[in-house]
Amino acid sequence: MITFSVNGKTHEFSGDPTTPVLWYLRDELQLTGPKFGCGMAQCGACTVHINGVAQRSCVLPVSAISGSKITTIEGLSEDGEHPVQQAWIEHKVPQCGYCQCGQMMQAASLLASNPAPTDEEIVQGMSGNICRCGTYPRIHKAIKSASKTMAAVQYFDPKSEGEQV
Amino acid sequence: MSQYFDLTRRGFLKSSAAAGALVFGTYLAGGAPRVLAGVLAKPSESAKNANLFVALRPDGIVEITCHRSEMGQQIRTAIAQIVADEMEAAWDKVVVIQGKGDAKYGDQNTDGSRSIRYNMQRLREMGASVRHLMCQAAAERWGVSVDSCIAEQHIVTHSSGKTLSYAELVNDALNLTPPEVTSITLKKRSDWRYINTAMEHIDLKDIVMGKATFAADVLEPKALIAVVVRPPVVGGKAKSFDARAAKAVDGVMDVVEIPAPQGAPQFQPKGGIAIIANNTWAAIKGRRALSVTWDDGKNADYNSENFKANLLATVASPQSSVRKIGEAEKVLANASDKLVADYYAPHLAQAPMEPPCATAMYYKDRVDVWAATQNPQADMATVGAMVGMDKEKINVHVTMLGGGFGRKSKPDFSAEAAFLSMKTGKPIRVQWTREDDIQHSFYHAVSAQHIEASLDENGAIEAYLHRTAFSPIASTFIEGATAPLGFELRLGFTDNPIDTPNIKLESGEAPAKTRIGWMRSVSNIFHAFAIQSFIAEAAHKAGRDQKDYLLETIGPDRILDVTEQNADYDNYGADKATYPLDIGRLRHTIEKVADMSGWGRKLPKGRGLGIAAHRSFLTYVATVVEVEVSDNGDLKIIKSWASIDAGTVVNTDTVINQVQGGSIYGITAAISEGITFDKGRVQQSNFHDYRVPRMSDAPLEVEVEIIPSDAPPAGVGEPATPVYAPALCNAIFAACGKRIRQLPIGNQLKT
Repeated sequence: MITFSVNGKTHEFSGDPTTPVLWYLRDELQLTGPKFGCGMAQCGACTVHINGVAQRSCVLPVSAISGSKITTIEGLSEDGEHPVQQAWIEHKVPQCGYCQCGQMMQAASLLASNPAPTDEEIVQGMSGNICRCGTYPRIHKAIKSASKTMAAVQYFDPKSEGEQV
Repeated sequence: MSQYFDLTRRGFLKSSAAAGALVFGTYLAGGAPRVLAGVLAKPSESAKNANLFVALRPDGIVEITCHRSEMGQQIRTAIAQIVADEMEAAWDKVVVIQGKGDAKYGDQNTDGSRSIRYNMQRLREMGASVRHLMCQAAAERWGVSVDSCIAEQHIVTHSSGKTLSYAELVNDALNLTPPEVTSITLKKRSDWRYINTAMEHIDLKDIVMGKATFAADVLEPKALIAVVVRPPVVGGKAKSFDARAAKAVDGVMDVVEIPAPQGAPQFQPKGGIAIIANNTWAAIKGRRALSVTWDDGKNADYNSENFKANLLATVASPQSSVRKIGEAEKVLANASDKLVADYYAPHLAQAPMEPPCATAMYYKDRVDVWAATQNPQADMATVGAMVGMDKEKINVHVTMLGGGFGRKSKPDFSAEAAFLSMKTGKPIRVQWTREDDIQHSFYHAVSAQHIEASLDENGAIEAYLHRTAFSPIASTFIEGATAPLGFELRLGFTDNPIDTPNIKLESGEAPAKTRIGWMRSVSNIFHAFAIQSFIAEAAHKAGRDQKDYLLETIGPDRILDVTEQNADYDNYGADKATYPLDIGRLRHTIEKVADMSGWGRKLPKGRGLGIAAHRSFLTYVATVVEVEVSDNGDLKIIKSWASIDAGTVVNTDTVINQVQGGSIYGITAAISEGITFDKGRVQQSNFHDYRVPRMSDAPLEVEVEIIPSDAPPAGVGEPATPVYAPALCNAIFAACGKRIRQLPIGNQLKT
């Protein structure tokens, strides 16, 4: 029995432990935000967060996530208010949209570890995610926007002003 | 905003009842009391009396049907913009419903960049007829003249100031006869609210929340999953197979053989063996455990190196004439100094991010299909043929497409799902893996071209000879065809804009040893690559600036009618008076993009600018690419610029996004290794060996300008792609002096 949480909810799994997390999420939990794109960690469409860090769920067996916290796009925010999602809307990034859940999960993870990435750091951080519609220029701009928003939010963090929250 | 599927009659009435509303003017009810806006430009018989595209509910909600497939071009939004604008609907009251496959809509084949071109006029008329009907209903209620009423944003206002909402007028309108098309006044362009704006697209928030429904996201019916092992060589079939190990995999339910196709490939499945399981991973594991012995058939000798040599040999000798004026051969024979170049480009796979996928449920008297298809009516025909049922009995629900690029116009995957459901009696989803997608596509044709030209004393081209040969799409429909269908040549070859007194265009033949199909902008890709590269080569030979020489080579503003040069040219099926090949518009895009990019500016060592321009799908695009090539041959695209004249456009942001994306899609042709064959088998299998552009390959900025135009709407999805590879290769030459005539670029910059 493997125990872990998905979007804050505890789950147990007793099936084939080699099952990639992607297929467990999609087939068992019917969380269809993470997409199948390549099955070999080449395109990033399946990206989810494992303990807050972006990983390719298509090659990650369920056996490797015991005790982990998994977040999918469905759990990134309640109603799309994560700064990355807001920036994706502001820049009208998506075309077909298929890769974009993976792109946003990758971007959110990138910004969590590096809140103010340089242009080149964004390129390095995002080049594992393929978009065949070619929305890269907009993804790049959206990440810069989200970075600014997140910095502003931190700057005005009420806690740092000693307010009760 | 977006309500996805075209609901069944039952589902529709149920949901309407839940909303406390009755349906008026529905396109669903046979013998509905009245229809609203039954106006069609090219109607089928039943379409004349059906309210196909717009229904106004008593609660004031407007349901607009999108009958074209959504694959990122935001056609669902564009169709709604057009109808709602003419109808004077309030945008927050608009709901878009995705139409199923149905001949009543007319053409639904979402390719050829023609959704707006085919539909804008009739959609405007439909929207306007609703607006007129609302005014008429209000006028009758008030006992005033229609002319004294104005409809704006869901409200009719009389000149006295009194108002009625559309919702209040629905019942009155039920008793009115919709106006004749001829009596409808369309809005003036200056009064457009939604058309020609950058409105946010209706599916944006769903996509960003992870809620958009792509083919594999259809949860109802709960389907078993099938993955299929297909013959590795086109025309091959399974000699024998051993399914014992596959069946032993936990979760595998069944192993079913799919019959080999007959005759020309068309859109038939390739045959093979399906592993059916109760979850995707079990199906994939089961497939790995299956052992198959193949009979490879007659294409087992397909080898890309040999084939390339044959294609180049074909274009080295005279071929069938496609277009001719003057005496190109004679002038060239006597020329002392000629520029001669051969160009080659490999097969490519469309590789949409969402691999093909469809779910089907077979019943005795019908089949229900949910598919990521660009052409649901082709699914109806292909599935019908596969299961032996009339196509009218095939219900095709169109999901969102995770990219299409031409691959999903060929519904072999839907036919697989339907066949397997028929055999098992269960709902089946066929999930293609990336390996399936890369190895079993309908590939962009492999091509070779030979061009020679002589230059006069001023450096101008005085004679031009161009031969093309490629595996034709014709072979997909006509068994053994080696000559291209007319349309394949008309995509960028026959309509060459070079202005010279002596021109000869020739087409050779080539067999197809795999399935050939269209990919975003089709043969425009390799034809524009050769022509636009060659012009830049000639500019260099003449010692001229690329951009100035390009303008001089295509000649002065004029309408070019290539049919006056012994050519067969159908102008993308469009009337040549309405959509002429206008060299002035092409020139304008070049001048514009030169301005945008600061053409002629001094660049540091290792940097270069390249330019290319091309008309395709009736739209004019010019692109400038700036690159940097390092001393050790590393290529970096710094930035690119594009100007587009697509006539009237509906959503300006969508156009910009499509041009940005179409440009980056065009990088594929330059950097991808392409698809190669040995012993009839595709040698690539996934994104590790079939390279597609990543962010690190793409410019971080693609600056786009739309040239304002009142001309009729032309294509947007494809025309930015053909210019990109030649502009890129021209930039590489400017940066480092290395001319790329054979794609991919590969390690040519390293030597």
